[in-house]
Amino acid sequence: MPLSLSDPTWYPIASSEDLPFRHVYHGQLLGRELAVWRADDGNVNAWENRCLHRGVRLSIGINEGQELKCQYHGWRYANRSAGCTYIPAHPADAPARRIENRKYPVREAFGLIWSAANDDQPFAPFPGAEDHDWFALRPVPVNATPEDVLAGLSRLAPDDQPVEFIPGRAVTLGSAHFFVQPVDAARSVIRGILPEKPADEIATLRYYNEQLTKLRDSLERAAAKKPAPEPLQPVFEKVSVELSTMPDIAVPRGNTFPVVVKRKWQSADGVIGFELADRDGKHLPTFQPGAHIDVHLPNGLVRQYSLTNGPGDLMSYTIGVKAESASKGGSKVLVETVREGDVLAISEPRNNFPLRRDATRTVLIAAGIGITPLLSMARFLDKSSLNYELHYFARASETMAFSSELDVLHGRADRHIGLTREAIKAKVAEVLGQYQFANHVYICGPGAMLEMVQETATALGWPDEAVHFEYFQNDKTIDASSAFDVELARSAMTLHVPAGRTILETMREAGLTVPSSCEQGACGTCLTGVIEGEVDHQDVYLNKTEKASNTCMMTCVSRAKSGRLVLDI
Amino acid sequence: MDHRDEPGDDGGGASGMHCPNLNRTPSPALFVGTPRPHRYSPANLESTPMPKAPDPITRDLWHVVAATDELKIGLIETTLLLDRRLAMTRGLDGEPVVWFATDEENGEDIDAETVLDRLPVKTAYGYTWTCLGTPSADLFPIPEFAEADRVNMSCGSIGIHVSAPRAVENFLDMGHFPYVHTDILGSEPHTEVKEYDVEVSEERDEVLATKCKFMQPRAAKSATQAMEVEYVYRVPHPFCSVLYKSCPEDESRRDVIGIFLQPMTEETCRAHLLQSMIDSTSTITDLRRFQQTIFGQDKPILENQYPKKLPLDPRSETPIRADKSAIAYRRWLSQKGITYGVIPQAN
Repeated sequence: MPLSLSDPTWYPIASSEDLPFRHVYHGQLLGRELAVWRADDGNVNAWENRCLHRGVRLSIGINEGQELKCQYHGWRYANRSAGCTYIPAHPADAPARRIENRKYPVREAFGLIWSAANDDQPFAPFPGAEDHDWFALRPVPVNATPEDVLAGLSRLAPDDQPVEFIPGRAVTLGSAHFFVQPVDAARSVIRGILPEKPADEIATLRYYNEQLTKLRDSLERAAAKKPAPEPLQPVFEKVSVELSTMPDIAVPRGNTFPVVVKRKWQSADGVIGFELADRDGKHLPTFQPGAHIDVHLPNGLVRQYSLTNGPGDLMSYTIGVKAESASKGGSKVLVETVREGDVLAISEPRNNFPLRRDATRTVLIAAGIGITPLLSMARFLDKSSLNYELHYFARASETMAFSSELDVLHGRADRHIGLTREAIKAKVAEVLGQYQFANHVYICGPGAMLEMVQETATALGWPDEAVHFEYFQNDKTIDASSAFDVELARSAMTLHVPAGRTILETMREAGLTVPSSCEQGACGTCLTGVIEGEVDHQDVYLNKTEKASNTCMMTCVSRAKSGRLVLDI
Repeated sequence: MDHRDEPGDDGGGASGMHCPNLNRTPSPALFVGTPRPHRYSPANLESTPMPKAPDPITRDLWHVVAATDELKIGLIETTLLLDRRLAMTRGLDGEPVVWFATDEENGEDIDAETVLDRLPVKTAYGYTWTCLGTPSADLFPIPEFAEADRVNMSCGSIGIHVSAPRAVENFLDMGHFPYVHTDILGSEPHTEVKEYDVEVSEERDEVLATKCKFMQPRAAKSATQAMEVEYVYRVPHPFCSVLYKSCPEDESRRDVIGIFLQPMTEETCRAHLLQSMIDSTSTITDLRRFQQTIFGQDKPILENQYPKKLPLDPRSETPIRADKSAIAYRRWLSQKGITYGVIPQAN
């Protein structure tokens, strides 16, 4: 039977011990190369051995623990999702497009790593597999077709013990099981396992090596005498049209997907933690440090919460919700009515608060619930051994959320409790110090805190581009003094927006149904495409580049600088 | 690495497979590494070229084949160009002679006068160029090469198992400096590739990238401290590129570095490097060593790029803003109708 690129069978591609700490293993299956690596959380990844950017093998990349870093341009890809989380050539941008490497199914079992060309077959253990603690023999590569290798293995059975073929190009010879890994049309690897660790490990390994080496020699002599089959020709899948074009700013999408509340707990006084997971136990989409999700609440409102997770930690998202923040009934619903096991709709992670990973020193300043995005950032910096310090300000130690998570960080994480306003200011000035090149500070907390840190940083010579912050609420005063016309391209309608009224209100008065939630330019629900005209952005939802692109806007607060706007509505 | 036993029985009916005989003389421990694809050595490439007729544009181009000084008078050197085996030498007048090789071997004696069926030859920038078709035009100009006070030198010819266009693209790329040329042409945290300008000059038919700025710890042999270096890149030939960079010694002038790729096959090339420097202190050996260090760092990365031919379909890879010059280069190759060493875009 000739090999097929779409053969759905699970084959062993490596021994478990081929994946030591922070290693990347160069695997091969059915003519394809694989980059196989174990993350620090134990998860094994089997990816197409090629960075999507310029095609460099990822097997020469660097395993950073929870992310794999390409050698050529330092792009980082997340454990599990293979999604790109960082592009060093553009350190201030969050990768807006979903750049995701091709992955293959992978399992670790019976001392071996298993993979398949596709997901068509579930992983099924061979008969009797579960009853033993298997011991992997040294693999033996053979330059012969997998069929010939399998036939050769079966001839090793003594006459009185018939060979038993088991599914997936494998035979049992006594208690030993031998699997033939089809590397390519004319190349194989014999991977053997024994049901238990032998008493004399070295002697046993040597014994099998000798036997299999003899077999290899005879198989290769035979193979040399006949024409070798053509190698398989795997094709590299094309990237999406979106990825192939120069990255203009993509209008953020409003897609949502369901998650189940896996855990709800009191993280601190007044702070409730929620752990959200996929309903089928799959991993969630890639996110970058500083990212948030929109949570669609049972009462129809949409609220934003920062992810606290570290790199490659995609089996669930953990958010922190402040119990008493009850503005328009948002967090209150989460805290009071949502229970473990409930299903919520969330958006894919968005990032308006990207973390540069090219700083010589990163200062993270959190106040109260503002710890959430900064915890995520600290975890990323921690994993990459980058220089950072986290300063967490709170009224009382009981109100400090995610304390145990902070304790396991290796970097400096200082807690500042119960300081007066003046003392906080003095402390901030002390930790910032005079600005130095390639220093960056990230702040999250109440509006007054953000402003104080910004002022202090400016006074110490920190330029704007080194001071990063994120508003959760739009605390800015909305300037609604302009008057202009909006042309609704798809509705074939032109409306006049007078001073003091929003575009959203004007559209509703004209009978249109337009979704909205927070109506303060923070949630993104009323996001609308802009075709023509210059937008006066007043929201805190869109990031700087999105605003500069002039291709989308929030109709609840933003207005026009030009006399006329053409909207895609 | 591969210690194999002497051929014994052919494996049929080998007994004792299930009860290890521990008294046997142990064989040397067998290290079984990852199976890797076969490697080609230049030797077997030359003996088994896979012929493919190059596209007419490529066929009619001038191609670099050797540093003229390194061709020995009266001795044969063989090489490969566009899958064809060539023989080269220099006559007593010092002029290079190039012809299609038949059974000539590297290092044989020859009198250049006896070679009658010669290929067109041009010498420029210290290198010998030839053409397998009808040479279309003059070679592209590098006016700086003629400036009297410059140190001009060839910096070696280095074989790379990758297509020539992949090597050109690597030469145009700044984003890899901190990762591949760590602490020389770039270093973290200075990883940002700032906006720059790219145009295809219709008049000169070349890709031109200007205002390319990058923070470099040691931009040239004569640099003593980190500086933001400004580059201009030209791609005046499908397989050649020239860069101009701020000169650490004289702010008003620019060092010139050229890379001329000799497409040996569609997936292998030789890189010939030219330096034309304003540097009054370094020795030629130092300057060469510096450039070879840089190139030695690129080579393993290039040889791990897949596919080895440069894909011209925009959907084959994922560009970012920093790759503007590469995008322009790929489009330019596509528009010219180059198919050698690339994977052309399907219509």
